Amino acid sequence: MVTIENLHKKFGKNQVLSGVDLSITEGGIFAVLGPNGSGKTTLIKSVLGMVIPDKGNITVLNENIKKNSDYRHKIDYLPQIANFPSNLRVKELIKMIKDLRKPTNEDQRLIELFKLEPFLDKKLGNLSGGTKQKVNLVLTFMFDSPLIILDEPTTGLDPISLIRLKDLISAEKEKGKTILITSHIMSFVEEISDEIVFILEGKIYFKGTIQKLKNKTDQPDFEHAIASILTDNHA
Amino acid sequence: MKTFFIVMSVIFMTKLSIAQNITVCKTCPISTLKKAIAHAKDFDTIVVKSGTYKEFDVNVNKPLTIIGENYPVIDGELKGEIITITSDNVTVDGLFIINVGTSYTEDYAAIRVKNSKNFLIQNLVLEKLFFGIYIEKSRDGKVFHNKIIGDAVEEYNSGNGIQLWYSNNVKIEHNFVQHVRDGIYLEFSDDCVIKNNVSALNVRYGLHFMFSNDDIYQDNIFENNGAGVAVMFSKHIEMYNNIFKENWGTASYGLLLKEINDAEIEGNTFENNTIGINIEGSNRINYKQNTFSNNGWAIKVKGACYTNKFTQNNFLYNSFDIAYNSKVNDNEFDKNYWSNYTGYDLNKDGIGDVPYRPVKLFSYIVNRTPETIILLRSMFIDIIDFSEKVSPVFTPDDLMDNNPQMKKITW
Amino acid sequence: MRSRWSYVYFAFYLLLGIVLLFLNNDLSKAVITLMNVIIVLVPLIGTIFGVMYYYNSKEFTELLLAQPLKRSSIFLGQYLGVALSLSMSLILGLGLPFVFYGLFESSAIWDFSLLLITGTFLTLIFTALAFNIALSNENKIKGFGYAILLWLFLAVIYDGLFLMTLIMFEDYPLDKVSLIGTMLNPIDLSRTLILLKLDISALLGYTGAVFKQFFGTSFGLIISFIMLTVWVVLPVLRIIFKSKKKDF
Repeated sequence: MVTIENLHKKFGKNQVLSGVDLSITEGGIFAVLGPNGSGKTTLIKSVLGMVIPDKGNITVLNENIKKNSDYRHKIDYLPQIANFPSNLRVKELIKMIKDLRKPTNEDQRLIELFKLEPFLDKKLGNLSGGTKQKVNLVLTFMFDSPLIILDEPTTGLDPISLIRLKDLISAEKEKGKTILITSHIMSFVEEISDEIVFILEGKIYFKGTIQKLKNKTDQPDFEHAIASILTDNHA
Repeated sequence: MKTFFIVMSVIFMTKLSIAQNITVCKTCPISTLKKAIAHAKDFDTIVVKSGTYKEFDVNVNKPLTIIGENYPVIDGELKGEIITITSDNVTVDGLFIINVGTSYTEDYAAIRVKNSKNFLIQNLVLEKLFFGIYIEKSRDGKVFHNKIIGDAVEEYNSGNGIQLWYSNNVKIEHNFVQHVRDGIYLEFSDDCVIKNNVSALNVRYGLHFMFSNDDIYQDNIFENNGAGVAVMFSKHIEMYNNIFKENWGTASYGLLLKEINDAEIEGNTFENNTIGINIEGSNRINYKQNTFSNNGWAIKVKGACYTNKFTQNNFLYNSFDIAYNSKVNDNEFDKNYWSNYTGYDLNKDGIGDVPYRPVKLFSYIVNRTPETIILLRSMFIDIIDFSEKVSPVFTPDDLMDNNPQMKKITW
Repeated sequence: MRSRWSYVYFAFYLLLGIVLLFLNNDLSKAVITLMNVIIVLVPLIGTIFGVMYYYNSKEFTELLLAQPLKRSSIFLGQYLGVALSLSMSLILGLGLPFVFYGLFESSAIWDFSLLLITGTFLTLIFTALAFNIALSNENKIKGFGYAILLWLFLAVIYDGLFLMTLIMFEDYPLDKVSLIGTMLNPIDLSRTLILLKLDISALLGYTGAVFKQFFGTSFGLIISFIMLTVWVVLPVLRIIFKSKKKDF
């Protein structure tokens, strides 16, 4: 599904990724974890082509992404911070994105799901963070693409919406899709992910199931397993 | 009065000679102009029928009237001068004279008047010429309604259209001169009137005065010449209502004044010239009610010029209004309209409340380093011009118009 | 955002055109005043709008980047959107009052069209330069600063340095140098183009053969237009190049 080989990226003097090799197979939910500034978002943005790597190759669905933008038709991306042009209305934004990609009716169902009808005519600048995130989710899930990338999807969501989001993600998984998630909420990750990818200092430190991680670190639960990696490496 | 006298005498002479007409044509007994003159008695009229007559060095040595019918061609075949008048009271009318010989030692002319009085030269067409009409040491004559079309390219091997040399009281009117060296040239010739002529596309000057005094030129058009009019070393010249335009090029100007005193320049229009008037060492001249529009420099003052007065002129959209090459000013600018004036008129009397300084710092810079002209109208230049305006350092500080008009002056 | 400001800009030019014409009542004078406006204000507005638009629509750009769109088409689209709407405001805003005033019967129509053409070129050039600055500077304040500095440099400082160079080396033949100096600054270039129309009489007063050829024939006009086009193309190419390399 997604293959990353020897990926390097430097921002100024700051080496963010140094030789990432990662292969993600089709189907299932993969959580990308790591401490702040470990390069999670950079990795994801590299896959999306928003960050141009210094070195290395990325293929998505057997297509090299260099100098190519068509493969993004097969990706749904949820950006970390939903910054939208503030003078657009919710309705207009949804319509515009549909014009850019392809017509779909899925948005109606998602708008109902997240109870967004009252906000459709409001300007995006006037929405609360949580509502913006819901709009963001609608924009992401309304296209039926085989690869879904979610950067901090839980930010600002109320408990009910969170449950709906989990359902939504599970449903997409049932359809056989590949889902990449970054999150800081360990319980959320533990609950939904099949496999985790742990990034540390610009490299893949661990890749495998949660059980495997627990075994490796000799910790009974997930949160402690993560914590022990961090303390071991920073001690 | 003089004009009247001449006209009357011409009519009188014509009437007298009706009985003694001599006709020249290709098939007549008299088939050349030379023969006709030889046969003619004083005050006879010679009528030249249309046709081509190959003649040169024709000497008109008695008072005759020579009239061409339907423009007979007198072809000099480039052999020398064509007609020379050496008698008083000669009229030449309606000939088409071509192919004057060119020489570097002698000034061959299509028609020359030498030591004569009361001549009238009119309705001639001159082409392929060296000099056109050459008036030499003659007086009281008239050059009227001639068309002179040369093919001059260089100054050194071309002649002038109409030239006066030591000739006084000559009227030059309604002539059309182009493509010669100087359209009209006066040297040591006083009391002449030059009126309603068009002088265009000449290699050097449209009109040129040297050492000639008390002359008037008015209502003429000087267009697209090397330079429009040059008035040099002369006194009491009056210049009224002429149009000077499109005299473009390096050191080209509408009007050049060099060592001129006591002249009147009134009601003239200077349009699209590189320099409207170029003044060198000229004193006591009144510039009144002239219009200077779209010139590179409306007026360029070089050297010492004293007690000149500029009043009620319109200065419209010139790149530079006035340029001085010194810091001294003894000339007066008053009640002119300057389109570049940016002052205000609070008391609404039509006169700007702030004096106008027509000399810009930038014109001083361009004078020093000509290439800087490329920065004309740059914002930086506007800024330094403004600071110079506030406290003059390089330009004459007393040079200003204290009563700049708010509206274009109409007369 | 973009549309609201371009209306203001349009209204500004409309007002300027009307004021110039109906207070002055003189087309030639109005054209000269306009020239000053165009070579100073148009670059300034192009620069500021360009930078402002880029920073304001940054989030939107990021949204678009995740979509299946080519980077070059995203940025070129934004650039053209700003540059063309500014150009349209300029042309319509100034054009309408002049047309109503009876421009078509006037001899000033060529001078005026030339003004609008150079105005459009300047808008295209300075918006492109502004985009370049914004693309290279993540920091908004820095970007704005550089943009204003760029304008100040090209509009005023450059000419000052240029003038000093010419005066310092006045003993040498300078006509080529001065023409090249002009070509290297789009504002000077536009100014020269307008001078060719308004001040040709003065320009022909200079003796240099190169000057004569440049100003006396259509050579100058053609070269100036070619150079203006180069000035548009180079920054636009850099926008494409830079946007391909940039990380978001």
